[in-house]
Parts: sequence; structure tokens; C-alpha cells
Amino acid sequence: MSTKVVARAPLTFYERTYLPTILSGLKVTAKHFTDTVFRGKTVTMEYPEERWVVPEGYRGAPYLVKDQEGAIKCVSCQLCEFVCPPKAIRITPPGADGAPADRTNAEKMPKEFEINMLRCIFCGMCQEVCPEEAIFLQKDYSLTGESRAEMIFDKAKLLKLGGTHGGVQKWKHKLEGAKAQEVFPV
Amino acid sequence: MEFLQYLSPSTQFVLFSALKIFAVFGVVMTAVAYAVLVERKVSAWIQNRVGPNRTAPFFINYLPVIGPFLVRLGIFQPMADGLKFLLKEDFTPNYVRKVYFWIAPAITVIPALMTVAVIPFGSTLGTEKMVIADLNVGILYTFGIVSLGVYGIVLAGYGSNSKYPFLGSIRSSAQMISYEIPMGMSVIPIFLVAGSLNLGDIIRYQAEHGWMILKQPVAFVIFLIAAFAETNRLPFDLPESESELVGGYHTEYSSMKLALFFLGEYANMIASSAMMVTLFCGGWTLPFVTALSTPSSSILIGLLHIGVFFAKMALFMILFIWVRWMLPRFRYDQLMDIGWRRFIPAALINIVVTALVVAFLHD
Amino acid sequence: MSAPAIPAPAPAAPAPPPVETLTVKVNGKTLQVPKTHPDWQGKPQPTTMLQAARCGGVDIPHYCYHDKLPIAGNCRMCLVEFGTLMMDPATRKPILNEDGTPKISKSVLPYEPGTPRGAISCATPISPGMEIYADSPATKQMRESVLESLLINHPLDCTICDQAGECKLQEYSVEHGQAGSHFVEAKVHKPKAVDLGPRIVLDDERCILCTRCIRFTKDIAGDDALGIVNRGSYNTISAFQTGKFDNNYTLNTVDLCPVGALTSKDFRFKMRVWFLKETKSLCTGCGTGCNITVGSREGIIHRYEPRENDAVNGPWMCDTGRLNYKWIGRPDRLTEVRVNGQKVTWATAVKDIGSRLIRASSGSVALIASARQTTEELFLLKSLATRLGAVTDSVPREGEADHLLVNADRNPNTNGTRLTGIAFTEAGMQLPLIAAGIEAGTIRTLIVFGEDVTKHGIGPELLAKLEMLVVSDILPNATTAVATHLLPGASHAEKRGTFISVKGRLQKLTKAVESPGDARAEWEFLHELVHDVTGRNGFTSIEGLFNLMARETPAFAGLEWANIGDKGVDVKI
Repeated sequence: MSTKVVARAPLTFYERTYLPTILSGLKVTAKHFTDTVFRGKTVTMEYPEERWVVPEGYRGAPYLVKDQEGAIKCVSCQLCEFVCPPKAIRITPPGADGAPADRTNAEKMPKEFEINMLRCIFCGMCQEVCPEEAIFLQKDYSLTGESRAEMIFDKAKLLKLGGTHGGVQKWKHKLEGAKAQEVFPV
Repeated sequence: MEFLQYLSPSTQFVLFSALKIFAVFGVVMTAVAYAVLVERKVSAWIQNRVGPNRTAPFFINYLPVIGPFLVRLGIFQPMADGLKFLLKEDFTPNYVRKVYFWIAPAITVIPALMTVAVIPFGSTLGTEKMVIADLNVGILYTFGIVSLGVYGIVLAGYGSNSKYPFLGSIRSSAQMISYEIPMGMSVIPIFLVAGSLNLGDIIRYQAEHGWMILKQPVAFVIFLIAAFAETNRLPFDLPESESELVGGYHTEYSSMKLALFFLGEYANMIASSAMMVTLFCGGWTLPFVTALSTPSSSILIGLLHIGVFFAKMALFMILFIWVRWMLPRFRYDQLMDIGWRRFIPAALINIVVTALVVAFLHD
Repeated sequence: MSAPAIPAPAPAAPAPPPVETLTVKVNGKTLQVPKTHPDWQGKPQPTTMLQAARCGGVDIPHYCYHDKLPIAGNCRMCLVEFGTLMMDPATRKPILNEDGTPKISKSVLPYEPGTPRGAISCATPISPGMEIYADSPATKQMRESVLESLLINHPLDCTICDQAGECKLQEYSVEHGQAGSHFVEAKVHKPKAVDLGPRIVLDDERCILCTRCIRFTKDIAGDDALGIVNRGSYNTISAFQTGKFDNNYTLNTVDLCPVGALTSKDFRFKMRVWFLKETKSLCTGCGTGCNITVGSREGIIHRYEPRENDAVNGPWMCDTGRLNYKWIGRPDRLTEVRVNGQKVTWATAVKDIGSRLIRASSGSVALIASARQTTEELFLLKSLATRLGAVTDSVPREGEADHLLVNADRNPNTNGTRLTGIAFTEAGMQLPLIAAGIEAGTIRTLIVFGEDVTKHGIGPELLAKLEMLVVSDILPNATTAVATHLLPGASHAEKRGTFISVKGRLQKLTKAVESPGDARAEWEFLHELVHDVTGRNGFTSIEGLFNLMARETPAFAGLEWANIGDKGVDVKI
């Protein structure tokens, strides 16, 4: 028998008049009332004017970033498109005759890159899977639009919102390494 | 104003009564709207929130200082709320019993407004008594009308043909009928003491002999608590308890019909407050000030009397609102227990004791 | 035992001679393995350790080894530790342990007897009693080290590599590799994105020098175009002799390449392979009927790849066939049903054609089908023609054959037209007769399926004389332009059915993508039309239709759809 019956303590006459409950209720409500009205202590935020400080590590909208030299970092490997649980990401690969990549050695970059922000669940898997550090969940939490079409962010918009993110320039290093070995010893 | 004297007394009566009805109706409606605002604001303050502070007509920007202050107080919120209710889609679900479903909101509102008719909300203004109907059986009229209010709620629950409204209305009918008995009994000692059923006489008695709240505290407590139960306010809001019954009897309602239920609820609160002011707190009088405790001789004093009455009423309204956040909802059996096993015996004893005291003191 | 019902086996072939076997142990499991295995040319050769392990269900990782290529043994990935029976030099009998089991001598370095020594399992024949340790710690260590050396100069650019997802380097690194590398030296940079041939791009940095491509090109394709140039770390693949890598089989090297060194220009940067839905299908480029896998995503075909079928094409296919898919997604595909130029519904069009055909007098109808259509469709057309007493024919299409796969008959289903009776003898014999019949006014209705008859002797001026011209095709041409009844059809990737190759192999098509617009598989609406005209209720499913055809056509006797399998069956032609 694991249950133990505990007898309820009988109420005193004073308690049975409900007066202590009423008084304690009055005390609590009066305290909060005076706090709000006379000391101006509120727990709410006047949203559009007052903004919330977004904490580090917040998972907002995912955007594409450029490197220090303003080059597109994405190489269209489509891992994010693959991993995206709600299938919000859609990449159009460049194909054989696509535009050359911003970074010479990277060989390719996406022809089009769309994120449907209505489908996005801000899980951060795209950021986690990205081998090029090209997509980051940023601090935007208030995404609004007047149509569904407007909420599908294309490459230009994603890059504009994403800004710059430095990091290791591995393709540049590869290119420099290759240039250093230009004299090809046969 | 000369032409008034050439009219027959009955014509004058009809004219002034109509005028008073329109004035009172307008005031009550406005009071209801602002009671909602006060409720929202007071609730917000008790919960460390701000409350409605956005709604404003465009021209308010041209007022310096005062404009933004009014907006922060939410003065324009009731207008927006009313407009919203009017513009919402009036949706009637399938499978409701249409006639009852449509008639129920009206049945709830009408008795609540009719109660106000016998309340003397001031002394006199000029030669006119500040009461729509100066009945000798004012209090009986009130109880008669108030007990009709339950039909609206029962019909709403039955007409909705849905389980939550049905449960809400069942609870409501039992609750309201139960509490009408102690409520009615609690006021009997007042009439024993005052010797009249006319509400004006009761006020006059209080002006001369002191407020009834001091003479009949037991009656006041019973009446106050029964008033909470009759108006379905917390801690006795079992008919519409959101946590159990979605919205209670008005779950299936929307738009203006829903607004009518709210209107009825707040009008009931106003009527109850007015009754308590009249019966227990001296109506439009204030003690220690002779000008304020005798019927007015000038228009100004007359207006002041009306102001005193409304101020007292507002205090009771705030009490209604405040109690909402002080106490949790009663359990249904507790509610019934208090009504039948505590208040009815207490009221009976109070009647007997008062009767004995009055009988012996008069001799 | 409650075994599932197994279809009765095909008529028993003469029992093969008993296979000579050897006893070996793979990972401690005793196996009887055949003494010989066929090599790349099909000649029996002593079984190797890799093949023996495979018999026991153990896959030994390998790069340079390929079943259909000569053995090179240069990647070292298949190194395994093994042991042989210890022999008494005097008696030539195995030495036994005390418990009666034979003593095993593990392979060790000759100059350092304590160190295990591996052997490349792809080129080491088995001996009786041999033990193969495909999972031993020493074997694992050898694999790790080999992978580490293969990756010394690898650029690790999987993100931009088309091979990613089907790359053996990736797969084995995960299964057998290690996370880090001991090498800190700068990687040797080699030429990237080299234009090796008109269809091939070479990335030398990714190459592991397994020479599969060289061996294929020399020994299978018979064009000794590729070789390795430069030395040591600077080894690169090059079309060193002729300077061009341009035979009709170059794209097979892309399949063969275990890494991303050789990639297809056509498929370059087009779609990541893990998105592709793979559908088993057939190449329709010629009469060979190569088995293929269609790679498509969301209704768009991105590539064809050969599907191994030793009875038809082995693991190869020609470049022409492989790149012959782009027309399927062309924007000018026929997508609307039209009667006299007006867009109508299928039901209206089929009803209209049916009611007109019923009224047509016998002999006033001619039917030209295409040998690019499935056998089922040809069968339906033939039953229509029989009811109408129509002349039928198809159009021959000849090209040049080559030594490997390409057949001179460029129609994929010539045997289908013959066996169903559309063109009994030689295709195209009846075409002049039909033309003459139209000229003379005896033929007033012409039904054309999948051919542009204006290019085959029935010009627009003749077509104009017809009362009714029913045309079903996939792409617009001069005949569809003048059709009174135009029925948009489905390409082979959009429907199911069977083709019969020139050698009599009956094989299945599977639906890979949806048809655009109103286009519908021909057999679906033909089935309705045949029902309207002949009153015969056929079958609404392709399985039922095939089984019906098999019952009524002598050549297909005993066949059922369910028994064809992925690799097809031989029929008598």
C-alpha cells in the first residue's frame, strides 16, 4: 500500500467564515494594484515601441549570408533543402552553364534560393547542416506579409537580410594554395 | 418652458417620464460600456498589466497632453468594442432551436433594464422626482422583474442545442432561484425598520436615522453575496465558467447577440449596485451635510444628489470587479450549501430578531 | 512449411554440370564456394578472395575492382588479412592441432614474421582451407590506412561535387575510415574542371587513380584514349594519345568512377543525386533495349543511368541513348485533345472516333502504328484494325550498328510490331499501298500513332484527301498539324508496358513521371476506343491487358505480367 490517507485538518470557525480567504485575496490584489498604478511596475511590454532584447542563440528567420568580400557563400549543395523538415527551402541549382561562382574555386552557386517563411519552423537544421556556413538563423522574429507569395523569400531578399558573416574562407585558401603551386613539377 | 404649464397633468407625466426613460436608458448604456472598460482596466492593474491603451480616433492627435492621457486610459475603447460587436458576422449555428436562440438575448437584457425604473437616483430636479416610476411596492417590482432574467439564460442554453450552454443554463437556473430566496428575505427587515416598501421612503428614513448598512449589517452581507450570485459574477460565475464550460450559456453566440448577454450582465450589476446604494447606503444622501440629505431646492443641488448616487454606485461596481480577482470560483455544492443552509436560516433569524426589536422598541 | 506460393519455374533447362567447389572460411564461417568465377570476358578464372567473401555475404570494400573490367589491383582498398593451411613439407598433408582442426598459418611479412600482412582480395585466388578475416582488427587497420593515404591530396569539396551521395570515397570513409588525418603537409593541387571530352569533366584532385576509366575505355569501348601522365603525387588522368575523349561510351566512365573525378557535363550541377527518384525503365534509342534507371525529381527527368542486365547490356549503355531524354520535358509537347482544331475532353474525342469508325466500311481504314510503342498498344491497335479490316503497317528506322550495344534497328519494338501482326514481314512494305489507296479514294480514314507519315511517302496533299485523320503523338509535327482528331500520348517514361528487343527480350517499362496536361498513356484511351468499336471489354489495368495479349498471341504463350521481372524474359521471335 503506497497511498497514505492524510486527514484534512478541520477548519476553525474563523476560517469557515471565509474571512481569512477574503482578506488574503484583498491583500494580494491590493498589492498588485498599487504596484501597477502608483509604482508603474508592469510585466507587459508596449510592443511596437518597446522591443524585446533577442537573446544569443535565438532561432529566428534563416537568411543567406555573404563573406567578407561580399561573395555569396552558398554553393548550392542542397543539403539544407534535403534536411529541411517542413520542406520550406527550394534551391534551383545552376546547371552546367550557370553563372560562375563569386568565389573562383567554389565552382557553383545557386541560381535561385527560396525559403517559404510560412512553412519554415525555425528549427535551425539548415544552419546546422550547412557545410559552407552560408545560412544562419538570425534574430528576426516578426515576419509579416500581405500575401503568400510575399512570404516566399528569394535569393536576393535572403542575401539582403542576411548581411555579412566572416569565417574561414576555405575556397580562397584553396585558390591561394593552388596558385602557390603554379609551377607544376612534371 | 412656459408652455408646459398649459399641458394637462397626465400629458406632463407622459412627457417627463419619456424624457427620464431616455435619459436613464442612455446613461445606463454608457455606464455599461464604461463598466466594461473599468473592468478591463482594473483587471489589468491588478495583474500588473496596462490594459487597453491604444484605441483613439484620428483627431486625438491634435489635443496636446490631455489627448494622449485619455488614450492611455482607454477612454475610446468602449466605442471601438461596440462597433466591433455591430460589425461582426452574426452567425447562427446549424441545429440550434432558432426561435429560442434568437429571443434569449433579448429576454436577458430587458429585465435588467427594467429594474432601473424604480431606482430613485436623485431627489428632485425642479419639480420632477428623480425616479422613473415612484412605486409604493418598488422592491417587490424589482424582485419580480429580476427573477425573469433567468429565463433568458435558460432559453439560451436550451436553444443552443449544445452541451456546454446546456450545462451552463442548468446551473444558472438552480443558482438564481436558490439565491433569490435569501435575497428577498434579507430585505424584509429593512422594510420592518423603515415601515415602507417605497424606495424613496427608505432613503428618507436613512437620511433621518442613519444608513441601513449600520442597522442591518447581516441583511447587507446576505444581500451583497446574493447579488454576486444573481449577476453570475465571480466567485459565483458557474453558469459561464470558462475553464469548465467554454463560455457557458453563451458559447454558441456571436456578434450583437453575444453583446446583448454582456449588456444584460453589466446592466444587472448596475441595477444591483443601485439597489444596494438605495437600500443600505442612503441612496442620493450624504450624512452630516444637511443640503445633501434633504430633497433639493435648486437644480444644482439636485444634480449633486444624482452625482452622489452615481459615485456610490461606482464604488459598488468596483467592488464587483475587484472581488473577481480576490476569490476563486466556488464549487457547486458549496454554492448551494451557502445559499440554502447558511443564508436562509440567517435571514430568517434576522427577520425574527428585527421584528421583535421593532415591536418592543415601538411600544 | 508455409512458403509463399512461388510461380512455377520456367521449363527446366538441361541441368547444369555440377559446380566444382572449394571449402574456405570467411569471418569464421565455413563456405563451399565455386572453384571458378567468370572474369570480365566471361571466361572462368580461379575464384578470388573478394568473390569468395561475396558468396558468404561479406562485401569487401574496393575501388579499382569491377566485375566487368580486367583486374588491376592498384587501389589497395580490398586488403584483407588471411590464413592458409599449414602443410607438412614431407607428406604434403595439413598439420593438425591437438583437437583435430587443421593448423592455420596467418599471412605475415616475410622479413618481419610478427607483423600481419594483407593481400589484395580482388586478385588473390583462394586455396582449399583458406581463412579470410574480412573483419579482423588488422584488416580494419589496413583499410583505415589505405583510406587515409587516398585522401592525402583529396580536396574534400563534397559540397560542390556531383558525385556526393553516390561516392564510394564518402561511403567507405564513413564505414571504414577515421575522422582525422596524420598528414599536415599542404595538399598537392591539381587541375580542376578539366574539359576531358565533349561530355566529360575531369577533376584531377578528386581522382584516386583506380584506372577503371582507362581500362573501360581501352578494353570495353576499344578506344585507347585515356592514360595516366606525370609522376608520383602529380599523376593525372589524360586523353594523352589523341587529345580527345569522344567515343560513344564515354559517360560509362562517369558511372565507373568511384569518386567525383569524372562527371557528366550534361548532369553537371543539375540536381543532387539524393533527390532523384529512381525508376526502372528501358532505353528506347534502338532495338537493343538497354535497361536503364530513370532519375527524376518532381516530374522532371534529370538523367538516365544504365541498369545492369547481363542478358542485354551488362552494366553499360551508349552516350546517345543516355542523353536521349530531353525531349520528354519539352515545352511544346502535345497536351490537348483536339477534334477539328477544337479542344475537347477525352470522352468526347474517343466517343466521336469510335462512332465514326463503326460506320466506316470495311477496307476504307488504314492504320500506321509506330515501333516505338509498347507491345500492349500495338496489340490493341491490331485488334482495332482486325475489326475494321484495315491495312496496317509501321515505319522502319535504320541506322549504323557498332561493336558494343548500338543496333542498326533504331526502333525499340520492331519485334512487337511483328508479333502483334501490325507489320508481319518487313516494316514499311504497306506504306506505298496506303498512299495509293488514299490517292485512289478507297482509303478514307487513316489512323496514325507516333509517326510523322509526311516523311514516309504520305504527304500533306494526300492527307488532305482523307475524311478522318486520327493522330496520336507526343511532339508536334507535320502530321499532327493536319489531324482531324489529335490525341496527345505519353512518352515511355510516363507509362507502363513492354518492349521486345531485336534479340527477343521482352522487358517492362515503369512509369517515372506524370504526363503533361491532358496527355494520356495510349493504351488507356485505346482500350476505351477498342471497347467502343469492337464491343470487347479489355482490361483496365496494364497487367490484365498484358495477360490478355499473352493468351491470344502464340509467341507470348505462358507469359504473365507478374513473371516478367525487372530484367525481362526471352520470347520466341
